[in-house]
Amino acid sequence: MDNLKKTPLYDTHVALGGKIVDFGGWALPVQYSSIIEEHKVVRNAVGLFDVSHMGEIMLTGSNSFAFLQKVVTNDITSMKPGRVRYTPVCYPNGGTVDDILIYMIAPEHYLLVVNASNTEKDYEWFCKQAFGDVALENQSADWAQLALQGPLFMEVLEKAGVEGTIPTKNYTFKEHVLVAGVDCLVSATGYTGELGVELYCAAKDAPKLHEALMEAGREYGILPCGLGARDSLRFEAAMPLYGHEITADITPVEADLMFAIKLGKEDFIGIEALKEPRKRIRIGLKLLDKGILREHYEVFVGDKQVGFTTSGMPVPTLEGSHAMALVDVDAADSEEFTVVIRNRKLRAVRTPLPFYKRG
Amino acid sequence: MTPNDRYYTKDHEWILVEGNRAKIGISDHAQDALGDIVYVELPDMDATYDAGESFAVVESVKAVSQIYTAVGGRVVEINEALNDQPELINSDCYNQFIAVFEFENLNTNELLTAEQYEAFVSEG
Repeated sequence: MDNLKKTPLYDTHVALGGKIVDFGGWALPVQYSSIIEEHKVVRNAVGLFDVSHMGEIMLTGSNSFAFLQKVVTNDITSMKPGRVRYTPVCYPNGGTVDDILIYMIAPEHYLLVVNASNTEKDYEWFCKQAFGDVALENQSADWAQLALQGPLFMEVLEKAGVEGTIPTKNYTFKEHVLVAGVDCLVSATGYTGELGVELYCAAKDAPKLHEALMEAGREYGILPCGLGARDSLRFEAAMPLYGHEITADITPVEADLMFAIKLGKEDFIGIEALKEPRKRIRIGLKLLDKGILREHYEVFVGDKQVGFTTSGMPVPTLEGSHAMALVDVDAADSEEFTVVIRNRKLRAVRTPLPFYKRG
Repeated sequence: MTPNDRYYTKDHEWILVEGNRAKIGISDHAQDALGDIVYVELPDMDATYDAGESFAVVESVKAVSQIYTAVGGRVVEINEALNDQPELINSDCYNQFIAVFEFENLNTNELLTAEQYEAFVSEG
């Protein structure tokens, strides 16, 4: 564990009893108490995640807008300062480089938040595609990020003390809001399918902010939450995870992220490939037999393999076992599927995504 | 505490011998490492296994774990309560066996006592 990267909150995790694991080179807690308890507390009350391992790349220069329009699949023309936009980033063949959040700080000034394990790859990819007056700076080490998620998140923020305005509209943000005296960029975003905010602050301020939010949240039943619950919450909400639903070999069209792909845009890297009819599509599966669906299980219709599961795990909010799977388009509407688990063929049916929607 | 009425393996199973029968379950260290247990795939009654074979699967929220028998033999009892309440292993691992094997020969050379097992776990 000694050669792993640590977030500014490593000592906090250890002190809170976090079970530390190697997550793509980062020493992070998979859970503190129990993944199920942590999952439920986010659905019913509020939980606090350390997501400081995420990468932050600052983009400036007078060609920033044109550069982004070229490298991302979404259209950022309508973005204004204070808005956030989700977008895949593609290779020319349509395979996925990453999925990222774009924060528009000011005209020609954007913050790009990328997946931890892709930070260096993304930075190099962006630098390779840069043209004209574009400056990219990997600021990941300077930033910490805490995700406060769950229906009672606002109560916790107010109790901790806020100077400034907390953004309430989804996918908007405010800079320089003081939360418990810490200068934060507060973003109305999350990766749980629940209401909440993500708080970006200076790395050195993270322990103070974490402690203040845990203290303020005590009366609301707050729990520190690990990567296990983060994964099960995003899975239930059918949010894609890089390396699973999208990879260098799986396009965002196959992953059915059409809301973030603007094929009407003049040009972007991968557009020609993404315009081709997709051969595979991401669907939801529900197991009829007893067992637990996991990632990378083979999916059959009759005797023919039609795809594989991309994510699967038990989740406390759902009855029965579910998985997301990538299957041949022709087979997607089959009445029944079989999934092979340790040489046993178990029956499954297609079920709509997301598995969970906030009520 | 690790009960000293039984043997342990380096795969974190316990083996409680009663006559020519061996009850097999998993240790406290194992259940804690797995976290919330949500599914147990029990062996079939009367199935036979060689020593060292996997005879059951325990799944937690995050992990799939094979369970091995250190005792070759025939399955004569399974803990069916685990079908509906797999979490019993989390709450009471030393009283919740997975299966009982009937054996003809028992080789204890490779097995650990409670004391040896605790030392093995603390070495990490």
